[in-house]
Amino acid sequence: MSKAVSLAEPVASADVLLDIRGLTKVYQTGAVKVHALRGIDLTVQRGELIVLLGASGSGKSTLLNIIGGLDTPTTGTVSFLGEDITDLRPSALTQYRRAHVGFIFQFYNLVPSLTARENVALVTEISTNPIAPEEALGMVGLGDRIHHFPAQLSGGEQQRVAVARAIAKRPNLLLCDEPTGALDSRTGVQVLEALKTVNEELGATTLIITHNVGIAEMSDRVIRLSDGMISEQQKMNRRRQPAELSW
Amino acid sequence: MVSLISALDRKLLRDLWRLRGQGLAVGIIIACGVGIMIMALGSLASLQESRSTYYERYRFADVFADVTRAPERILSDVRDIPGVKSVETRITRIVTLNIETLREPANAQLVSLPNDGRPALNDLILYEGRWPSLSRSGEAIISRAFAEAHGFHPGDTIRAVLNGRARDIAVVGIGDSPEYVWTLGIGSLLPDDERFGVFWVRRQALERVFDLEGAFNNLTVSLLPDVNEQDVIDQLDLLLAPYGAIGAYGRDAQFSNAFVESEMGQLVAMARIIPPVFLIVSAFLIHAILSRLIAVERQQIGLVKAFGFTDREIASHYIKMAIVLSLFGVFGGILIGSQLARLTAYMYSDTMRFPEIIQVIDSTAYASGTIGALSAAILGALSAALKAARLKPAEAMNPAPPTVYKRGGLLPAWFLKSLDEPTRMIFRHIARWPTRAAMTMFGIAASMALLVGTLFFFDSTDEMIDTIYYRTDVYDAAVTFADMKAYDVVSELERLPGVLMVEPTRSVYVRFRNGVRTERGSITAIGARSNTKHLLGDSGRVVGVAETGLTLTSRLAEMLGVSRGERVTVEVLEGRRPTIELPVTAIVEEYIGYAAYMSLDEVGRLLGETRLISGAFLKLDPDLADVFSEAILERPLVASVAMRSAVIDTFNETLEETITIMMTIYALIGGAIAAGVVYNAARISLTERGRELASLRVLGFTRWEAAYILLGEQALLVLVAIPVGAILGAWFAQLIVVGMSTDLYRVPYALSPGTRGFAAIVVLIASFAAASLVAWRIRNLDLIEVLKTRE
Repeated sequence: MSKAVSLAEPVASADVLLDIRGLTKVYQTGAVKVHALRGIDLTVQRGELIVLLGASGSGKSTLLNIIGGLDTPTTGTVSFLGEDITDLRPSALTQYRRAHVGFIFQFYNLVPSLTARENVALVTEISTNPIAPEEALGMVGLGDRIHHFPAQLSGGEQQRVAVARAIAKRPNLLLCDEPTGALDSRTGVQVLEALKTVNEELGATTLIITHNVGIAEMSDRVIRLSDGMISEQQKMNRRRQPAELSW
Repeated sequence: MVSLISALDRKLLRDLWRLRGQGLAVGIIIACGVGIMIMALGSLASLQESRSTYYERYRFADVFADVTRAPERILSDVRDIPGVKSVETRITRIVTLNIETLREPANAQLVSLPNDGRPALNDLILYEGRWPSLSRSGEAIISRAFAEAHGFHPGDTIRAVLNGRARDIAVVGIGDSPEYVWTLGIGSLLPDDERFGVFWVRRQALERVFDLEGAFNNLTVSLLPDVNEQDVIDQLDLLLAPYGAIGAYGRDAQFSNAFVESEMGQLVAMARIIPPVFLIVSAFLIHAILSRLIAVERQQIGLVKAFGFTDREIASHYIKMAIVLSLFGVFGGILIGSQLARLTAYMYSDTMRFPEIIQVIDSTAYASGTIGALSAAILGALSAALKAARLKPAEAMNPAPPTVYKRGGLLPAWFLKSLDEPTRMIFRHIARWPTRAAMTMFGIAASMALLVGTLFFFDSTDEMIDTIYYRTDVYDAAVTFADMKAYDVVSELERLPGVLMVEPTRSVYVRFRNGVRTERGSITAIGARSNTKHLLGDSGRVVGVAETGLTLTSRLAEMLGVSRGERVTVEVLEGRRPTIELPVTAIVEEYIGYAAYMSLDEVGRLLGETRLISGAFLKLDPDLADVFSEAILERPLVASVAMRSAVIDTFNETLEETITIMMTIYALIGGAIAAGVVYNAARISLTERGRELASLRVLGFTRWEAAYILLGEQALLVLVAIPVGAILGAWFAQLIVVGMSTDLYRVPYALSPGTRGFAAIVVLIASFAAASLVAWRIRNLDLIEVLKTRE
């Protein structure tokens, strides 16, 4: 809670992908009000790779959900390429996710009845300008396993399929919720390599939620949340290679 | 231990509450099955009780015999026949009535009452008025249905034509007798209360009119307990033979009783054929629900077993759940069924004229319904419960291994390749769980089959009307004479206004014999090239009567055990009563009764009495039909007249009254199965794949795209189930044809595309409605949760 930095000055640059102002989220569970977010201001540049750190209940998932159009804030705005997404109808939010956002989940959430290639094709079929599934799988190093079903792949491989699925539609924004949380360090690194490749080659702005402080080293910026507020931001001078990370 | 068991029971109740939607669907299906069983068996019990009470209280006779004319003095001989308890001789006759409000002639069955007091047999229940007095000859008690149809009350008069003379009959009372619980209009397949009534008149009045003083033409007998009815019938036949007897018969061949029996048989058939379909589907559904529940609760089962619960306790826990679930259905079925049974029994009282419907609580109906439903539930639960019991605790506490899918499987690769991913998911899911998909498909097909198998009844009726009134009995009016007439009467009929064609007919009472098999019946003689009366040959071809030999209906041929080319002994029960051997030259189809036909010439030759006729079929000028009706009533020779147009009108009216209500009921119960099956399958799919679908929603799939993946499978199964159900329904209809056919009635098998279409539409609507309920839940998928949790 030492260096709470606010990026209060408006940045009206074309390089801004997300502009978040005064974001709060209050959950009412029974008689108890839970303040998940207590006023977040944040600007995210195109192509940035940001790591969100924070303890359980710090609000990082809530922030990611709102940015991803899965949840709506109690107050505040989220501008995506200048358009406020916070008051969009559910169907418009679906379109937003469909066109712009790629998600990577902790537990991969692949469709078990589809092969790796088909899992990717599931998303490319509903996209306007997708990467071919084979190519997307190639980018994450799975070019030779495209016909395997999820049950025939290791956890790391499954997660890389999920990365391929997320990026095949060329998203502007890639949201990763504990992408290595279920993986050992070796396979975790492979997934992070994939994320880095995608971030660099496609320029997709990438937000990674993690408990793993080590991952911060590969980012452009580290944001620490606690108690629903940004407690610390740190620009990284040099992005490290995933392989160099201390796990 | 006790507290732990009750904890399990608490879990059971909570599980049931959580599964209430699916439970309700299964409950409704069980309730339909149990309800229909109770309705059919319950109303049957009430009708049987009402009938036996009526028969007993009003002394319904056991044996009946008609003669031309027998002297009263033989009565003592009849009394001497061993086993005879009491005897009554009567005069009966059919006459025509001239009712002002009717365009066509009506007919009345005249039945004599003893000159003093009440009948010893076939007593009357008098609803209104008094008994006819002996001093005034034109007084009658008339049957209630006929009185109600015309609003007749004591004090009204009705004009009848008795033996050629018009006479006014004074209505003094309204009543009924157990002999006429069921009546049919003359020439009709249905009761026609407007055009057919029973009139009870003092015997003395009829003796004079019909020239039967000191004689009778009808005899009824009641038997002592434990007497062989056939022995008495044989003795009676022997005794009455000289008096033109056409064969005595028991209650089984008594017209009204036989029809009532046949209707009751249809209720039994309904209770046997329809409820099992519901119960089988409920077993499928319970199996599916429990299998899924056990998959979800796998780890809990492992845990509970680790605590020391036995396999038996685990299995009985799930079986108990199935039983509780089905008990809700049983309870609902009992509620609905009891009400419907009451209602059905009352509905029958429209056609079955019992003085009162005695409502009986039939414990067998309730017991069979409950036992049937519980057995189905236990059967459905058994394999799932045993699977749960067999889980090894250590293994069960680990998450289930991931589901392994295969490429291709049953489907060709080129086909799968051509699909988009969501559709491919649908096919792979079906291929992965083929048994489950098959069960769902068969459940929906059962719904379709049930609809087709019940709605076919309307096609069958159409077919019957079309065959009888438009293909075989194509006369406009059928006239019967009071007794045999010389052929000259034809020209007399021809001279009536509006008559275009007259074809004489003759009815000969006979006894058919083939070895030990005998059947009482009659031969109808018609012209070999008749233009008014055709017969239905092989594969529905219209044929004429064979010029030589006997033409038998297939039913009669079956009863006698003869086929074409074989010979039958025919004992003629009229005139000189010859016994002759005749070859069966043709077999024809008929839906009602068991007739036999011969050509008029051949009958004349065999009996040695040519040019005698007992009736005629007429073709009329449609514009002059009303004038004809007036004119025929004035002819002395006519006993009854049936106008085809009136008969058809009655049929259509009766059908129209019932068709909408029956279609709605069938659609509701048939639709309930489809809806229940689809809802269950979709809900199970949703619990299994909720996470998968939520993930797709997060990835940007719209609600509809997600719903497509979930419900596309059900839609596909519905589309397969419809043709399968149509085929099963055709079988089902054939089963019902067999189940409902009696000696009297044969239900034709006919199934129109319209019926199949209607059934398919009901299945589609019901499935769509059920699927929509589940689709609605896709809205509430927790998209955030899936980011967090492992299944």
